[in-house]
Amino acid sequence: MTEKPLTGRIRPNGEPLNLREYEQAGGYEALRQVVGRMAPVELMNLVRDSGLRGRGGAGFPTSMKWSFVPRGKLARRPVYLIANADEMEPGTFKDRLLLEGDPHQFIEGVILAAYAIEADIAYIFLRGEYTLAAKRIRQAVGEVYQAGYVGKNIRGSGWSLELHLHTGAGRYMCGEETALISSLEGRRANPRGKPPFPQVSGLFGRPTVVQNVETLCNLPHIAARGAAWFKGLSRCNDSGTKIYGVSGKVKRPGAWELPMGTPVREILEDCAGGMRDGLKLRALQPGGASTDFLDENCLDLAMDFETMQAAGSRLGTGTMIVLDDQTCPVGMIHNLLRFFAQESCGWCTPCREGLPWIARTLQAIEEGRGEPADLDVLETHTHLLGPGLTYCALAPGAMEPLQSGLKCFREDFERHIREQRCPWR
Amino acid sequence: MLTAEEKHEIESTARRYEDPRAACLDALKIVQDGRGWVSDESVRDIAATLGMSPAEVDGVATFYSLIFRRPVGRHVILVCDSVSCWIMGYERLVRHLSERLGIGLGGTTADGAFTLLPVVCLGACDTAPAMMIDDELHGDLTEEKIDRLLAEYREKKE
Repeated sequence: MTEKPLTGRIRPNGEPLNLREYEQAGGYEALRQVVGRMAPVELMNLVRDSGLRGRGGAGFPTSMKWSFVPRGKLARRPVYLIANADEMEPGTFKDRLLLEGDPHQFIEGVILAAYAIEADIAYIFLRGEYTLAAKRIRQAVGEVYQAGYVGKNIRGSGWSLELHLHTGAGRYMCGEETALISSLEGRRANPRGKPPFPQVSGLFGRPTVVQNVETLCNLPHIAARGAAWFKGLSRCNDSGTKIYGVSGKVKRPGAWELPMGTPVREILEDCAGGMRDGLKLRALQPGGASTDFLDENCLDLAMDFETMQAAGSRLGTGTMIVLDDQTCPVGMIHNLLRFFAQESCGWCTPCREGLPWIARTLQAIEEGRGEPADLDVLETHTHLLGPGLTYCALAPGAMEPLQSGLKCFREDFERHIREQRCPWR
Repeated sequence: MLTAEEKHEIESTARRYEDPRAACLDALKIVQDGRGWVSDESVRDIAATLGMSPAEVDGVATFYSLIFRRPVGRHVILVCDSVSCWIMGYERLVRHLSERLGIGLGGTTADGAFTLLPVVCLGACDTAPAMMIDDELHGDLTEEKIDRLLAEYREKKE
């Protein structure tokens, strides 16, 4: 039986643990061990040794993210920690599970991350549509203030932390860390050029760390059980467990916590029950809308950062979207790119102008109005909107399914154009 | 005019931030919670309360998809049009919704009961296709389930 530190406490009916229940299950033990008893830098070193990498999509090492925050006399105050609970990557539904099922585990993680960077104020940025999570987190925040786990002079340590819940009002852009900061400042969610990085100049120009929900939820367990234990959970070079998910036409769509590095086959076949009867796997996006397609030969690849990158894609959020052999790949890519075009904030030109052009071109092909030259237009855009040409990763992320889709499904694109129709309709 | 309660709630929210303008989005949500949508007058009132220009507040209001700058029905249906729901039959369901309600996406029924809007991925892909009605999530949608839900909500006042 594999260990499930993140989801082991979540009840089958999804009802959350209140403070007392969470404490009885060992909750806030890590906080009591760490706050005031361990120097923030020691916690940072422990997390470094654990090898924890961010679970929001980019996989950046967590302790390294913290290490850029100026400390001591150099630090401008207040220092902010922001929990990025703006889960909006299409095909991704892992943070919802953690937020709704075990809000105190998440909040303990928030407090520990805040302690590691010596933050003064923490905001939880929760997407507006997660109304059930909002209710449960609001309740849990009240409880931790009561219990003295946040507030002034926490457990006599001399360290104080304010904790606030902020709920959003839509827009995918808010998940990007600098755009999230703009949004939290009450502005349009436009991203900001880096440098300066948020750790130096973030929210209101102060040192700020933005961290994903699943990443934060790992911290209490690492603090309580150590780096070696955390590394031992995985089946690969990346440590810990991962919440994997599957959506699309499989028998049992869902999310499961498994050792990092679990192969696609085990997730897709053992957990999700394989494809629905009569359907075959055509391709999948391993970790959300902005990850490159992998074809049907990907089943034995391990779902970890290194393997997915070597295979030409990304682990992303680890929640895969499955394309079957009776759904139109061109239609799917049109849906994906229409989404990105709509959600572009309009701040920089390649994204604002390029994505709608791509979406219109894909729509024309899907509706039987495509021309052979359209494929060159699409191909050209994958370069014009690639990494390094925009403020943030929205457009480069959008190009991942397009560039891989043009390769994976070349004959489908050509057939749409040749026959002037969608063969699936 | 903002009500005393609205003004009080906006001002107390503003104290959570280093810069009171950061409460702009919260203020829009506070007003919308009570009134269903955000009028030009409310935009001006929020701006005055937070020391912003009406244009700044409107720039924020019009950016975010869950802030409504036009009146909406008693119940707002947000139907997910992202990729997992698309694979699982979004197009068929939205056609069904449109036919049942007699409106397209963006429309409000003549009796003011429903507004139908698209929304990006609701993070409910394991129960796709999914939609929200007001604050409640509904997954594993079928035509029959949609009919049942519409009947239920039509009965509910708010």
